[in-house]
Amino acid sequence: MPAFAADVPAGVTLAEEQSFTYRTLDEFSSLDPQVVEDVDGSNIVRDLFEGLYNQDADGNLVPGVALSHEASADNLTYTFTLRDNAVWSDGTPVTAGDFVYAWQRAVDPELASPYAWYMELMSIENGAAIVAGEMEPSALGVSAPDDKTLVVNLSKPLPYFTKMVTHATTFPAPKWVIEEHGAQWTRPENMVSNGAYVLEEHVPKERSVRVRNENYWDNESTVLETVTTLVIGDDAQGLTRWRAGEVDMTDIPAGQYPALAEEFPDEAFALPRLCNYYFNFNLASGPEAFQDVRVRQALAMAIDREVIVDRVLQGGQFPAFTFTPAATADFEVPGVEMASMTQAERDAKAKELLAEAGYGEGGETLSFNYLYNTNEAHQQVAIVATQMWKQKLGVDVTLENQEWKVFLETRSAQNYDMARGAWCGDYNEASTFLDLLTTDSGYNDAKFSNARVDELMTEAKSSNDPQPLYTEVEQIVAAEMPVIPIYHYSTNVMLSDAIQGWPMNNVEQNWYSKDLYRVAD
Amino acid sequence: MLNYTLRRLLMVLPTLLILVIFAFYLMRLAPGGPFTSERPLPPAVMANVLERYGMDEPLHVQLWTYVRNIVCCFDFGPSFSQKDRTVNDVIAQGFPVTLTYGFWSAVFVLVLGIPLGIIAALRHNGFWDYTMTGLAIFSQIFPNFVLAPLLVLLFTLSWGLLPGGGWNGGQWQYIIMPAVALGTSYMASVARLTRGSMLEVLNSPFIRTARAKGLPEHRIILRHALKPALLPTLTYMGPVFVYMITGSVFVDVFFSTGGIGQDFINGAYSRDYAVLLGLAILYAVLTFALTLMVDLLYAWIDPKVRAGLS
Repeated sequence: MPAFAADVPAGVTLAEEQSFTYRTLDEFSSLDPQVVEDVDGSNIVRDLFEGLYNQDADGNLVPGVALSHEASADNLTYTFTLRDNAVWSDGTPVTAGDFVYAWQRAVDPELASPYAWYMELMSIENGAAIVAGEMEPSALGVSAPDDKTLVVNLSKPLPYFTKMVTHATTFPAPKWVIEEHGAQWTRPENMVSNGAYVLEEHVPKERSVRVRNENYWDNESTVLETVTTLVIGDDAQGLTRWRAGEVDMTDIPAGQYPALAEEFPDEAFALPRLCNYYFNFNLASGPEAFQDVRVRQALAMAIDREVIVDRVLQGGQFPAFTFTPAATADFEVPGVEMASMTQAERDAKAKELLAEAGYGEGGETLSFNYLYNTNEAHQQVAIVATQMWKQKLGVDVTLENQEWKVFLETRSAQNYDMARGAWCGDYNEASTFLDLLTTDSGYNDAKFSNARVDELMTEAKSSNDPQPLYTEVEQIVAAEMPVIPIYHYSTNVMLSDAIQGWPMNNVEQNWYSKDLYRVAD
Repeated sequence: MLNYTLRRLLMVLPTLLILVIFAFYLMRLAPGGPFTSERPLPPAVMANVLERYGMDEPLHVQLWTYVRNIVCCFDFGPSFSQKDRTVNDVIAQGFPVTLTYGFWSAVFVLVLGIPLGIIAALRHNGFWDYTMTGLAIFSQIFPNFVLAPLLVLLFTLSWGLLPGGGWNGGQWQYIIMPAVALGTSYMASVARLTRGSMLEVLNSPFIRTARAKGLPEHRIILRHALKPALLPTLTYMGPVFVYMITGSVFVDVFFSTGGIGQDFINGAYSRDYAVLLGLAILYAVLTFALTLMVDLLYAWIDPKVRAGLS
């Protein structure tokens, strides 16, 4: 695997001051790799710590602390070979033992990491039992036969296992520092890290500054000297400060992408993301009508996704007819009937299906509640979708919005008729989405249950070519329609054209400051 | 006076206790908890997390532990949302920030509001009076969520004079806009209040007597009229300063100062019970302290009040 670093093309003049300042919405949850649980925090942790593998601009795996790995014939044992020149910022060599310590720490009930579930998802041997307090952390299926060899034993084969080790939870941790400083080990004055940067300053809710780690193995290829994260809790203010040149990067407030793309064609971006947006039918305790697949199909067909994406959201999103985004690695979008129809054909079919089910013209009026969490974009999507249903099918929908935490509780308790849903992949593989539709999934808010889907997803875990299995799952979902895929996300950002090297094609939006550089004006 | 102060201080403790109990149970009544998330935690992970934060205990035990930790060790517990920090850390970092620009905001309110009020009273029904009244109305129709973006558009985007936000260790450039945005409407109220009471005092018999004695006007204003005319303003400023601290939420978020207003908002959204309770206690103590301070100042200025307290 080739390494990846800031790739400054010949002839480019670098700016004298190599700094990058960007904006985040909220203070991050933690800077501890085994505790952090938010995207903004993970972005910083990726600069401070380095895991076994990193990702390149397209999201492919490139060496991090590990140079390579070998999988056993049964795909149950992975052996990673670590590089010799990886050292912590205090000069201590990074060893396989640092990974063993970190991974045991992640599942240790005493740390109570909210991301302990990720280690379970990785199927590491005994992970689930340790989290449940039934075994000691030392029983985790990870070992270090020597300083440069890390062996991981899985409880079941996982073809995409290596893709999962770019996640912050799997980064190494400096045992001696944590034992000395306890919970305060993440303070700038205490923290020892092994990434391309070290933490210089952290003023919660205001700024976090990191500077180059002189001990990083690839420090020579690093260009940016300083990276600053500013917490700016208001989207519009973030944009104002971008215009004032105070930040190099900020999110675009909802609805402003088209105008900004026209005003700043080289600096406004709509980047694909590994996330989907869908409507959940409540199949457990929702309206009786939802038990009829014709009703679900009719409602799905009557939604003009092009209108929602192009005229309402206007942020470069992608209309969705499958649950898994097309941008997912190694995933080929299966052909589903609805996708190949024109909207007029879908509308006609929707009327027909609804009438067959006994609703609409000449039948009963279909009515239900639609639940979403308080947010302007969600509200717009809800209004447009319900208007489409009303005009095309005569369906009456009452909108109901709730504050985020209340919404989550209501939805997970199946206390709704139809509710919005969204999911961002934990790793770049289709199962991160399709697992949601299995009977046992804790995130299956529609309470969809299909034995064949469960069987296919189980089979996919150990298959070397899961695509045919995923195709069948998507086709079942398209036929059964327990959820209505609406669109696949994009991220809208303003990025100063002075900052180069941004991984535009990495759909997980995993970026590393070490790959960026600032060009002269 | 000393007895009065002690009595007031003693009243604080039971009141605080009632507040803690009330706030503690009220927060738990709100749907959703600190660990409710888009991806619900598996039961075993949730059990570990709840145990880590002592939330696996019955509510009354949690309350007792909370109160005991505060009384014995001044420990407000760990923050649920900022996992590397305790509530003590959160307050120790954010409160000085909010207090600093709250203080400068109060200075802005007094330094501008009082002279404006005095001038308006002295030039009653004249140009300055109308100008001041106009300014006061203007300030009050521009609440801070309108004024703050306006200030940024002018001072940051158009003129490039001030940074659009942040704190940067509390450099003066970073304090000006939050202080002005926070204080403008209060400044207008202080000006109107001062104008009204100044007019009343200027029309009172003792001022007429002073004028009849031939005292110079500036001496009459500064030595005789100002002190009694400031009493209503003083009464007003005590709670106003508390409002400035507790009501700084928008300013904190908009200018990203890192103050406690942001913690309050985030605490509410993330159901960070510990931070919310800690801030509720802080706000309560502030309210008590400033109200007491105003009462004592009032007594110092007004002999009649002092006599009543004694």
